[in-house]
Amino acid sequence: MAEVLVYVDHVDGAVRKPTLELLTLARRLGDPVAVALGAGAADTAAKLAEHGAVKVLTADAPEFADYLVVPKVDALQAAYESVSPAAVLVPSSAEGKEIAARLAVRIGSGLITDAIDLQAGDGGPVATQSVFAAAYTTNSRVTKGTPVITVKPNAAPVEPAAAAGTVETLSVTFGEAATGTKVVGRTPRESTGRPELTEAAIVVSGGRGVNGAENFAIIEALADSLGAAVGASRAAVDAGWYPHSNQVGQTGKSVSPQLYIASGISGAIQHRAGMQTSKTIVAINKDAEAPIFDLVDYGVVGDLFQVVPQLTEAIKARKG
Amino acid sequence: MSLRIVVCVKYVPDATGDRHFADDLTLDRDDVDGLLSELDEYAVEQALQIAGDHTGDDAEVTVLTVGPEDAKDALRKALSMGADKAVHVEDDDLHGTDALGTSLVLAKAIEKTGYDLVICGMASTDGTMGVLPAMLSERLGVPQVTLLSEVSVDGGTVKGRRDGDAATVRLEASLPAVVSVTDQSGEARYPSFKGIMAAKKKPVESLDLEDLDIEAGDVGLEGAWTAVDSATERPARTAGTIVNDEGKGGDELAEFLVSQKFI
Ligand SMILES: Cc1cc2nc3c(=O)[nH]c(=O)nc-3n(C[C@H](O)[C@H](O)C(O)COP(=O)(O)OP(=O)(O)OC[C@H]3O[C@@H](n4cnc5c(N)ncnc54)[C@H](O)[C@@H]3O)c2cc1C
Ligand SMILES: Cc1cc2nc3c(=O)[nH]c(=O)nc-3n(C[C@H](O)[C@H](O)[C@H](O)COP(=O)(O)OP(=O)(O)OC[C@H]3O[C@@H](n4cnc5c(N)ncnc54)[C@H](O)[C@@H]3O)c2cc1C
Repeated sequence: MAEVLVYVDHVDGAVRKPTLELLTLARRLGDPVAVALGAGAADTAAKLAEHGAVKVLTADAPEFADYLVVPKVDALQAAYESVSPAAVLVPSSAEGKEIAARLAVRIGSGLITDAIDLQAGDGGPVATQSVFAAAYTTNSRVTKGTPVITVKPNAAPVEPAAAAGTVETLSVTFGEAATGTKVVGRTPRESTGRPELTEAAIVVSGGRGVNGAENFAIIEALADSLGAAVGASRAAVDAGWYPHSNQVGQTGKSVSPQLYIASGISGAIQHRAGMQTSKTIVAINKDAEAPIFDLVDYGVVGDLFQVVPQLTEAIKARKG
Repeated sequence: MSLRIVVCVKYVPDATGDRHFADDLTLDRDDVDGLLSELDEYAVEQALQIAGDHTGDDAEVTVLTVGPEDAKDALRKALSMGADKAVHVEDDDLHGTDALGTSLVLAKAIEKTGYDLVICGMASTDGTMGVLPAMLSERLGVPQVTLLSEVSVDGGTVKGRRDGDAATVRLEASLPAVVSVTDQSGEARYPSFKGIMAAKKKPVESLDLEDLDIEAGDVGLEGAWTAVDSATERPARTAGTIVNDEGKGGDELAEFLVSQKFI
């Protein structure tokens, strides 16, 4: 069977969920060969083997952390050359898309980004994309070279499938461009203990209606009662009430959870672009005319300062 | 030292309008007004600030677009914000060009124009791929310093802050380089009346594929590296239940979440 290269997103050896989803999709196209780079790369092997990786190519070098993006492209290209895969799949993170973009140029291949589904087709993989703020669903193919496709989180269920997961060290020669952009400082993001926004099954978001940084405690309390991630509209972020890393929308994160709860958010097109593919949408807004209500499965016209705490209490009571 | 800045700006359909696909599954440009991608305004703004900070008056900002005739509107907007001149790559054979093709055309046009610094937006508001800056860096063979929420140029060095998923990093690279900036990089200025009047007199150079030594077969719908096979309008969501809060809105919502097995 054809081999399919899967770029692994991991933090010090802990594989992130979108990569496991990618392995599920990759198995539809062929035998997944995973590429894990940087500190802890070899530690990913067991997990990747449980999810269908027939082989795990690993490489570690200071360059991966000390310089931006390009060293990882050099490594992925080395893997591509050693495997000659039928497709290259990369998680659709900001960095993942840049890695995929450079690789596509280098190997002269077409690129599709932000796929929400992937199927095997006669002429290679068929990617489904959700475009124009989710107003359209398209099916696309790469017509030249080896398809390079980036895939969004939550595109497929995580399905374990045991495979050999043979670990091999990838030999990488860094090109001149690899050391072009130096990382001269790094401040890791502090963990909140809540699920990762893009990966969460439930997201609870607050907007301008939350009216103050301190009031986000109401949103956080609801999120915690549901084991959810917290999101925010750009208006709330711009006002300094919540970090930009939690922004949902066109210029923030795009989320596709089972349940999305928007409180005090009007539903501007740029916000909708980031959450419209959520399975179930709930909104709480005091304005019955707010456009967010056009999207909802269930909407409450009311004051969030009344509705949200009552909801939180009701959930806690049920969960005992 | 002179500093030549090229800003890549895209002409896009207004996101608040009704965007559609045409019969050939490309963007239907007749259906909806076009404008300068709002995210590229941030790129123009940073270019103007860097040029303004540059000691000596020999910094020059050129705005560059690849797009149809109407894309001149996007160039005029950028010129009215304060850019010095514009380059418009326009050719009927460009219709339907994908990301690989666009990056090829932009790279050739940038090389022809001459540059020390290329500045892009973080993503277009239509294709939203967010890949062109990395592709340009690869094609031009110069460093990529992308997704910056803060950027400055000091001598021959560009510095910036990139807020990533796991960490915020500080980056540095030598010029020439390709930069992209996010909407966190600072509000874009509004064109002044004077700026709008001045823009009418600023030069707009037109280039076609021949000028750039690009074969028509390498770009456009036929030459594309990708193909769209189908585009289906998402069915309208079935109208949801909307209730007024009469004091029990939170409890009722909890019932709904139970019925959907979220609790
Ligand atoms: C809905 C939709 C989906 C698409 N999906 C794909 C796909 O999967 N694969 C593919 O190869 N193509 C795709 N395309 C085509 C692609 O959008 C264009 O070829 C294109 O201009 C580059 O991608 P982008 O607009 O997403 O740019 P991005 O990479 O998001 O743009 C980043 C920056 O690059 C600069 N830039 C981009 N385009 C231009 C331009 N024409 N002129 C000047 N500067 C520019 C701007 O500074 C911009 O802010 C798609 C187009 C649409 C409308
Ligand atoms: C290029 C560009 C990119 C953008 N990217 C994003 C993005 O990524 N994400 C994003 O979110 N936005 C983005 N925006 C901004 C977007 O256009 C809107 O301005 C923004 O989403 C509005 O946020 P909001 O809904 O919180 O605020 P508003 O639109 O002001 O809505 C607040 C809502 O709260 C309601 N409300 C007020 N008080 C209460 C109360 N006590 N109880 C209940 N409801 C109450 C009001 O009725 C109103 O509907 C972008 C804009 C541009 C131009």
